[in-house]
Amino acid sequence: MTLRTLAVVSAGLSQPSSTRLLADQLAVATRDELVGLGDTVELRPVELREHAHDIVNHLLTGFPSEPLRQALDQVTGADGLIVVTPIFNASYSGLFKSFFDLVDAEALGGRPVLIAATGGTARHSLALEHAVRPMFTYLRAVVAPTAVFAAPEDWSGGTVGGALRTRIGRAGRELAEQIHRRPASSGPADPFALTTDFEQLLRGGET
Amino acid sequence: MQFGVFTVGDVTVDPTNGREPTEGERIKAMVTIALKAEEVGLDVFATGEHHNPPFVPSSPTTMLGWIAARTERLLLSTATTLITTNDPVKIAEDYAMLQHLADGRVDLMMGRGNTGPVYPWFGQDIRNGIPLAIENYDLLRRLWREDVVDWKGRFRTPLQSFTSTPRPLDGVPPFVWHGSIRSPEIAEQAAYYGDGFFANHIFWPAEHTRRMVGLYRQRFEHYGHGSADQAIVGLGGQVFMRRNSQDAVREFRPYFDNAPVYGHGPSLEEFTAQTPLTVGSPQQVIDRTLGFRDYVGDYQRQLFLIDHAGLPLKTVLEQLDLLGEEVVPVLRKEFDSLRPAHVPPAPTHASLRAAAGGGKDSTVHAVDDVTGRAPETAR
Repeated sequence: MTLRTLAVVSAGLSQPSSTRLLADQLAVATRDELVGLGDTVELRPVELREHAHDIVNHLLTGFPSEPLRQALDQVTGADGLIVVTPIFNASYSGLFKSFFDLVDAEALGGRPVLIAATGGTARHSLALEHAVRPMFTYLRAVVAPTAVFAAPEDWSGGTVGGALRTRIGRAGRELAEQIHRRPASSGPADPFALTTDFEQLLRGGET
Repeated sequence: MQFGVFTVGDVTVDPTNGREPTEGERIKAMVTIALKAEEVGLDVFATGEHHNPPFVPSSPTTMLGWIAARTERLLLSTATTLITTNDPVKIAEDYAMLQHLADGRVDLMMGRGNTGPVYPWFGQDIRNGIPLAIENYDLLRRLWREDVVDWKGRFRTPLQSFTSTPRPLDGVPPFVWHGSIRSPEIAEQAAYYGDGFFANHIFWPAEHTRRMVGLYRQRFEHYGHGSADQAIVGLGGQVFMRRNSQDAVREFRPYFDNAPVYGHGPSLEEFTAQTPLTVGSPQQVIDRTLGFRDYVGDYQRQLFLIDHAGLPLKTVLEQLDLLGEEVVPVLRKEFDSLRPAHVPPAPTHASLRAAAGGGKDSTVHAVDDVTGRAPETAR
């Protein structure tokens, strides 16, 4: 049994938020799939609202507060990510983008990611495809084919067995399979590690 | 242990009255601060080097030469000299000249600069920052140590039979520190040559400094320059003091809130907790500064930033009085009593000259008096 860490990033602003609700359902679906594959799972919820001021401060000062550093390490050191943002003005929320702007461009390479969003109308659903997916593609993450969007109608009238539930199950399965086929993460990269030596630097070796 | 001040040389509006000094006023304020530093018993004055507004110190050796003529004891340094965009030949010449004029009271701190656009202004590319720092510095060392240099590299015109003049004072090149916030390659560079490593320290969490200094010390030992605790370490610090700590906080807050770099971000209280910034009484500054030793070990040089963010000259001079009268004498005594005997002080011209077996005139004459040959063959 391999221990798998799953970071669950939610950028919902209200409490409780439908964004967090969707994140939790995706997390449970993914965890159940991984357990079914024989892994054990540690869920690491990251609620961006709690770090909102620190995220802005980091953008301005260039370094994270200790709680934000821990959150960033949880994300960059996880075996897989579930990321959920509300859609504002046809794209991810500013808070969501600002948080991922603080992640090193190399830090998520090859990492399985499940993208999801909530919005006031189903007409926003393609924001996942034209905004969220390209960002994680740029970060060279492995984005699950199924992206999950939840509109208000998905939450009303009992959704168990509904279309949203089906998509959550499929997305969780896709993410779990991607995580399961990889070796376990060795944790976040150490930015102070020396990856070369001076003789190599002197010869013009790239760092 | 050496204590001093380092200045960025920013022209910043005083947020309490909206007044912005002229370049001329700021330049004169910088040299006034340097003279005052010597007067109150500090050891080092270091100026930044910048080539864009709102900064004035684009020509460090001009400024340091002026200060050298007006001081007796003060060690003149830089924070930092742009090893990436300056021609290493010009650095070799300028600082050797300054050495002669200042009777050896000169060292330098190499850095890569804090703004991307500076690279193309000098024909370089920021993506080559580290390779430039490595190649240029290696050439600079040779220019100071070899009378005649043949050289070819990636970034500069090749040199054939080149002699950098004047030669270093007494044949002893200035001591060099390498400054970096979070580039392990620079700690490695400092360790490789057995040079000093200066952790900027200010504006960043102590953890960065702890990691960088730790790496430098480990690699210093690896390259055979001595044990890890004998490596030469300098730290920055940032302080604002009043006798009553509440007064210090009240007076400094508007400068903090509007400062370049960190203004309009974290609160003064958050930033004080997260970085070495200390705003309070002289005793608080003493306690905080002594605490730096807990995570970097015994170190050789402490420089304070006291004059940025629009603080008026009069206030800065009052800070120097407090440093000289109340803070540094205590720190000197405390640090000295804690330091084991095998940990050396920062090298100076005198100690380097002694280590070289005494000074020698190193003038390279255009034509050798005896053989009549040009320098490369005469030598």
